[in-house]
Amino acid sequence: MIKRLVSYLRPYRKYAIAAILCVAVETMFELIIPLIMADIIDVGVKYGDKTYIFERGALMVACALISLLLGAGSARFAALSGQGLGAELRKAEYRKLQSFSFANVDRFRTSSLITRLTGDVTTIQNAVCTGIRPAFRAPVMMITSIVMSFFINAQLAIVFLIAAPLLGVLLFLIVSKVRPLYSKMQGAIDRVNRVIQENLTAIRVVKAYVREEHEIQKFTDGNDTLRNTSEHAFRLAALNMPAMQLIMYATILCILWFGGRLTQVGGMDVGALTGFLSYVLQVLNSLMMISNVFMMLTRALASGQRILEVMDEKITLTDDEAKDVSVERGEITFDHVYFKYSPDASEYVLSDISFHIPAGQTVGIIGPTGSAKSTLVQLIPRLYDATEGTVLVDGRPVKEYPLRHLRDAVSMVLQKNTLFSGTVRDNLRWGKEDATDEEILAACRTACVDEFLGRLEKGLDTEMGQGGVNVSGGQKQRLCIARAILKQPRVLILDDSTSAVDTATEAKIRQGLAAALPGTTKIIIAQRITSVAHADQILLLDNGRISAIGTHEELLQTNTIYQDIYHSQQEGAGL
Amino acid sequence: MPAGKVIGYKRPKNTKKTLKTMLRYLGMHRFSLLAVALLVFISSSANIMGTYLLRPIINKYILPGDMAGLMTALLLMGGMYGLGVLATWGYNQLMVHTSQKVISEIRSDLFRHTQTLPLSYFDAHTHGELMSRFTNDVDTLNDALNNSFALLIQSAIMITGTITMLIVLNLQLSLIVMAFLAAMCLFIKYNGKRSKKYYNEQQEHLGRINGFVEEMVTGQKVEKVFNHEDQDFEEFCRRNEALRRSATKALTYSGMMVPTIVALSYFNYAVSACVGGLFALAGLMDLGGLASYLVYVRQSAMPLNQFTQQVNFLLSALSGAERIFEMMEEAPEIDEGTVTLCNVVIHEDGSRTEATERTGQYAWKFPLPGGVTELIPLKGDVRFFGVTFGYSPEKTVLENVSLFARPGEKIAFVGSTGAGKTTIVNLINRFYEIQGGTITYDGIDIRDIRKADLRRSLSMVIQDTHLFTGTIADNIRYGRLRATDEEIRKAAVLANADTFIRHLPEGYNTPLHSDGANLSQGQRQLLAIARAAIALPPVLILDEATSSIDTRTERLIEKGMDALMEGRTVFVIAHRLSTVRNAQAILVLEKGQVIERGNHDELLRQHGRYYQLYTGQYELD
Repeated sequence: MIKRLVSYLRPYRKYAIAAILCVAVETMFELIIPLIMADIIDVGVKYGDKTYIFERGALMVACALISLLLGAGSARFAALSGQGLGAELRKAEYRKLQSFSFANVDRFRTSSLITRLTGDVTTIQNAVCTGIRPAFRAPVMMITSIVMSFFINAQLAIVFLIAAPLLGVLLFLIVSKVRPLYSKMQGAIDRVNRVIQENLTAIRVVKAYVREEHEIQKFTDGNDTLRNTSEHAFRLAALNMPAMQLIMYATILCILWFGGRLTQVGGMDVGALTGFLSYVLQVLNSLMMISNVFMMLTRALASGQRILEVMDEKITLTDDEAKDVSVERGEITFDHVYFKYSPDASEYVLSDISFHIPAGQTVGIIGPTGSAKSTLVQLIPRLYDATEGTVLVDGRPVKEYPLRHLRDAVSMVLQKNTLFSGTVRDNLRWGKEDATDEEILAACRTACVDEFLGRLEKGLDTEMGQGGVNVSGGQKQRLCIARAILKQPRVLILDDSTSAVDTATEAKIRQGLAAALPGTTKIIIAQRITSVAHADQILLLDNGRISAIGTHEELLQTNTIYQDIYHSQQEGAGL
Repeated sequence: MPAGKVIGYKRPKNTKKTLKTMLRYLGMHRFSLLAVALLVFISSSANIMGTYLLRPIINKYILPGDMAGLMTALLLMGGMYGLGVLATWGYNQLMVHTSQKVISEIRSDLFRHTQTLPLSYFDAHTHGELMSRFTNDVDTLNDALNNSFALLIQSAIMITGTITMLIVLNLQLSLIVMAFLAAMCLFIKYNGKRSKKYYNEQQEHLGRINGFVEEMVTGQKVEKVFNHEDQDFEEFCRRNEALRRSATKALTYSGMMVPTIVALSYFNYAVSACVGGLFALAGLMDLGGLASYLVYVRQSAMPLNQFTQQVNFLLSALSGAERIFEMMEEAPEIDEGTVTLCNVVIHEDGSRTEATERTGQYAWKFPLPGGVTELIPLKGDVRFFGVTFGYSPEKTVLENVSLFARPGEKIAFVGSTGAGKTTIVNLINRFYEIQGGTITYDGIDIRDIRKADLRRSLSMVIQDTHLFTGTIADNIRYGRLRATDEEIRKAAVLANADTFIRHLPEGYNTPLHSDGANLSQGQRQLLAIARAAIALPPVLILDEATSSIDTRTERLIEKGMDALMEGRTVFVIAHRLSTVRNAQAILVLEKGQVIERGNHDELLRQHGRYYQLYTGQYELD
């Protein structure tokens, strides 16, 4: 896993290497400087040699300057490589996320995906930024010190052979126990974030029902769980420190005792014992640093695991069967199509759907709420794949078109409209990136956006706010239609996308569409019969099945459900 | 390409104020923190004393070879060390416990406060931005508290101890050390300021990335339909790169801190040694004294180093804390109302008394001077007197609107999109504050009614249906938390949702994920209506509640709804005129003004705008 994570560092590898080099050399200087310090006391001060003191002092300042430079360098390079790694990880993860099908998204849930893209990446990049220094300093210090102490007295150095592995085992035990706890903690964080996120989206519902207390209760439950799991994890991790001290102190005592005895039998002089002790402290200090690095790494790895889970997710909707073809005419055929959202669902949402739409026709789809009208049309641009049967465009299964080409040719105005932050122009340009203002205005005229465009503060430059909060539902729908027109598609699908637009405007839009996109196949899902009455054929959907196909007149004569719908709307009109 | 809303870069503000608020949170746990400080003191003392005992032990026992004495001394030292380890264990555990508690309190307070903020606040901030407070900012604070507090005390103790020793040993020489320490502090302050600026910038960029990702994940269907992946990826990369740059700067500055302090401490040592040497040669100080003095000078670097590191952590945490506290200081919704809603029992003589259980009869409890209360029956009489309102001060949406709804009436608002229909109902339940005029409810100014009670008296079904993670039943129960399963089923039947719910794999217990992604818009609206129905509200507001429901189903719901709303006031917004035809009063709105009022027949006779709208349906064919 580490290897895979590190592979994202590639563009910043040179900085990482530079950072490591800086740290290593800086550490060596740090080992040299104390020697100079000792010289000042042991030689300079002891013998009262003024020039020696000044000389050594100057040398020390010079060394300190160099180590300062190296330190600054290591800080810069560590920041560059750590943040670089973070940026690369985010980029790769976002790219992957974009290719997710909705089944993939549902598996992770939106809020968790966002945490994995932000919080988890931050954990890793910070671990690299702050971890690089101790991670490479500690081993250098430890190895040098151990070698030095073995030189002084190999017999006494055996104490290390007992202390170091003991400490290693202790740390290993702690780390291995903490790791699953960190994963659990991240799960708890996900849950808390989900509550917050849902609350933010549905804040109007919360306020309308005065459910603030209820939401707080929900949040508190999640928050308490999070507190408990994180306290559990951190407490265990905090054992690190006392364990470390225990071993360190025990080692000091042992060395004093055995060292003291060695001096008595003449195996060691007292000066050497003092020197040995300072190296012991250095070894143990570096061990402490290493254990801290391990703790940080453990947490980073838990996050890394979550990121790689996203990276490894198998995309359920792919271009695997695609050939190099694109949609020419816009003829649509459904051949015994069955569909359900998840493979374990017991019932099909769509059953045995078969129909044919010649290129250029206008087709209406009508049916009661929940009859799967939206689901049906979403199979055409492959937002979902049919579970059984085939959807064909221009006589070819949709899977044979590269997704890009297919979706380029099929434009769809969704029932749940989404506009994005940015100006009106930015949003419309989703349809055609390089659209000129003339093209945009033409599309606006077709979709009757021009009726209110002038009333918007800055016309095309008006900011939309997230989700288009600055315009009303009907205006949003018209903007979405204009956006779809700009694409000049072969197939245009309007999924109940004029429901909030008044009838007069709707009629105007319909006429506009017919004039602006004459050869385009148009599929219109609607509630109002008037919206589809003029269509070349009408599909009547009921409970996921096609109940009838025909023109307005035919259905009115033969189909009872259609008659029912028609009359329910006529009665309302009542004239 | 959406350039994204430009979030004004906030200058690093009041560190002192943020610290003060932070201390208030910590103050609630002062005993634990005091205990932590004490334990840290013991642990550090054991550590320091251990180091200083080495030399006497060597000189006193090892040199003369006094093994028995060595044994006793080591046992003593062992005891001290043992105490130190115990103290270390103690303060670490206690600190984790306390910091987790503090963090959980802050998180909880933040969420609580979020619940009180007015809708205009949520309109002005992206969700991702707000989420970032809860995630990124709280996380950094968490890390800092977990690690920094104890270490900060520890290094402070070590620094104080060392400085005291230096002053005791040689006052004049210690001035050099002081000067260097002052220089270090200045540097820390200067560097801290800069790194805080970049930290703030970094968190800002992180918030923007969050906002972007959140928006894109929510709008993924549109992204796919428009093949917009590449453009969005580009925008993401742009924001990502901005984050990388600011974060690199922030971390470079904070990373410079330690090496600089270490270097300064080396300079300090060199200068002290040289001046000390001169002192010694001038006979102002003996050599032994200088040697031990220099040992302490050397010792002063380590804790200062640690101190600065912790200051680093704290700085980054503080800039997060600043944003958290800023959000907590946002003014909550104004709610000065004193009139409350209560259930009443109506006695045979027509008098009313307050009841504790649900009676289906409501009254406004009006406090009068002198502690008496008056009960005014809730009727559902809503009036607007010259109401002026705009979402932003510069742009008025409603201009001097006056209207009334008599109790028990079905009032419908019609008008072209953007005429201000939704705005009107958003004002009735005080989602927004009006800029001019008054709105009364049963004769009471709605500003005098406690907000929660005002909203409880109105059930609202809004245009966009939001569902929560949980089962179908949970989502309906949102309308009234204590509703029984049977009541839930009844409400679902009334909303005509029962049939499709029973077709779901687990019926009423089917879990919903991601805002009910797998339900159709119409099905979601049916659930929202069931949710409103179960609340049994005195007044119902339906804002395009049936726009995605087919007309046949709508008629079925309407029958149920009519039965439910018998004798209660209903506000309906619909563009589908068949929906509003049977309303007692239809108000036609245009450009924020009521231009026509009357029932269906009256309005048709007027041959005005309603007539045009109504017949518009026929002009088409």
